[in-house]
Amino acid sequence: MLDILVSGLLLSGTYALVAMGLNLQYGVARIMNLANGEILVLGALAAFWLYTTAQLSPLLTVVLVAPISFVGNWLIYRFLLTPLVRRSKSQGALEVDSILATFGMSFVIIGVMVSIEGGFFAYNYLSEPISVLGSTTSLNRLIAFLIALAIGTALYLWLNLSRSGVAVRAVSVSTEASGLVGINVARVSAMAFALGGAITAVGGALISTFITLDASIGVVFTLKALIIIIMGGVGDIRGAIIAAVILGVVETTVASVIDPGLTLAAAYLIFILVLLFRPQGLFGRKPA
Amino acid sequence: MIRRTFAALAAAGVVATGLVAGGAALAEGVIKLGAIAPKTGPLAGGAVVTQWPNIRLWVEQVNARGGLDVGGDMMTIELIEYDDKTNPGEHIKLAQRLAEQDKVDFVVAPYGTGFNIAAAPIYGRYGYPMIAVSAITDKMEELTERYPNLFFTLGTTTAFVDGVREILVEQREAGTIGNEIAMVNVADAFGIELADRARELFEEEGFELVYDKSYPLGTPDLSPVMKGAKESGAKAFVAWSYPPDSFGLAEQAIIEDLDVTVYYSAVATSFPAFGGAFGNKINNVLGAGGTNVDDPKIAEYRAAHQEVTGETADYWASANTYAALQILEQAIVGAGTLDRDVVTQYIKENSFDTVMGELSFENNFSDKFWSVGQWQEGVFRGVKGSNVDGAADVRLKEGWAE
Repeated sequence: MLDILVSGLLLSGTYALVAMGLNLQYGVARIMNLANGEILVLGALAAFWLYTTAQLSPLLTVVLVAPISFVGNWLIYRFLLTPLVRRSKSQGALEVDSILATFGMSFVIIGVMVSIEGGFFAYNYLSEPISVLGSTTSLNRLIAFLIALAIGTALYLWLNLSRSGVAVRAVSVSTEASGLVGINVARVSAMAFALGGAITAVGGALISTFITLDASIGVVFTLKALIIIIMGGVGDIRGAIIAAVILGVVETTVASVIDPGLTLAAAYLIFILVLLFRPQGLFGRKPA
Repeated sequence: MIRRTFAALAAAGVVATGLVAGGAALAEGVIKLGAIAPKTGPLAGGAVVTQWPNIRLWVEQVNARGGLDVGGDMMTIELIEYDDKTNPGEHIKLAQRLAEQDKVDFVVAPYGTGFNIAAAPIYGRYGYPMIAVSAITDKMEELTERYPNLFFTLGTTTAFVDGVREILVEQREAGTIGNEIAMVNVADAFGIELADRARELFEEEGFELVYDKSYPLGTPDLSPVMKGAKESGAKAFVAWSYPPDSFGLAEQAIIEDLDVTVYYSAVATSFPAFGGAFGNKINNVLGAGGTNVDDPKIAEYRAAHQEVTGETADYWASANTYAALQILEQAIVGAGTLDRDVVTQYIKENSFDTVMGELSFENNFSDKFWSVGQWQEGVFRGVKGSNVDGAADVRLKEGWAE
């Protein structure tokens, strides 16, 4: 029983890392970023590449990847997506445009990654057994969980307690109203997008220490992230974390108690139930 | 993702517009070879290890030798390659393009069982001989009857399960494992077919599957699977797994310190990256495939592979992939023509000297391949196979320490 809870919570950490970034990008900047998974894999590739060529610890790579991804994503938003934001007449139009643009971008990133490493990012880092509350798990998963927890907490506190965090939340509620009260919507959106990209890439670097990825696997993570943020409520960091915990614990319970073959079925069942009974997500706001 | 020189492009253009007089002289010296396989998508990770480097190696070597002697003309190989994105529909579209627009003379068979079966009709329609490597199925007879241009070289589903069965029976007789086996499989066509066959064969031998579960492709956390296998207490663990999960299962086995004497995982266990990731921890792990690195031909091939592509050849289908190209090469030279029907007939009727030794086809099936290998001190050696020499003795898995 405790086994299930520990494994489930650790898996939730992975899912939270996958989803928190997209939640900011979609919830605040309103960019339905289909290249989110590729950014994650890019972080993983950096960790793999630096570890195998320079023996650099993935935990150090995380520190490097975060600012680089922040700047990279800021540039993407500034030069690739801002024109779309400007010309879109409604949020729906922006979503369609951003889906198409980022879908195309995902292929470019895949192409770049394939040219660097076409095979599996196979390496091993800190896959040491460690006992947590009497249940055996691996050190790398535990570290990823703790960092996910730290990022989640920091984001939550920042969004709720700081002045800039309030501005971000305001943009997430309404771009027009935030503009009227003097918030620089373009700047806040760009920052949310860049921050989301940085978190996603950090997540990728951490996840690569215990899941073997390859250049083409990004879409799997994009889909998982989508399920989590839609379940949790778009733009709400609490929602994403709680949805990640639900998904992680339920999948592990089903795998251990019923059958590992049914984990995906269980995940989608919960997703459908949430959509049926709370279409705005667990913490989402009902549309006015 | 097209790789061809401007000259060849121009030549193709000239021929296409009907100015044969000028074009023919140019085209005469070139054999166009089409290759479609994944560079992106779920199967790309395998194809860039097993398929692409061998195609490049072979083309480079043949051209360095001055080309192939086709009825007295030395002809070099021009490679036209496309990425099918691991999408069968895309593959078929591109195959049509190879035949209709690029007008290639020959093709390299696709990567993956499903792709070979899906593309057999279209390649068959254009009469291309298709020497399939990365394709394992029990339906070969049916398929080769329907597509007489299709050849198989890497064995059958049953042969693969049989190699594992033999090891389990031997180890039970030696008293190192009991009657209990823990078996898992990835829930896709490949894993299900192998697991179904294994269930039959293992139970015929009186084994008991005390843990028998499947998991979806791309499962992020395999720890519940490994914990379940460990709790079952079986001393033998068999996984019909695919690349990402073959890695994931090994990692979890290390974490859980899975106490078994026989540990087998299927595809990708033979990849150098597998040994690279886990080092000595996976010493004595069994997996699909195998090779005999002590065979001088294999050793020479592996050295050339390393030198030309910069990558270590995998310890399984790499050699077979290269051998399939050698068969095509020898058949073209032997037949002395680019006529595809004549070359196909030549493949059926002759035997070929390859890195895998002497290969020949009976009912379009070459019965010489490795089925099970084992990591032994950093090298993945073949331990079971069909008509292959130099099998190493199976060793027992003793813990997962470095």
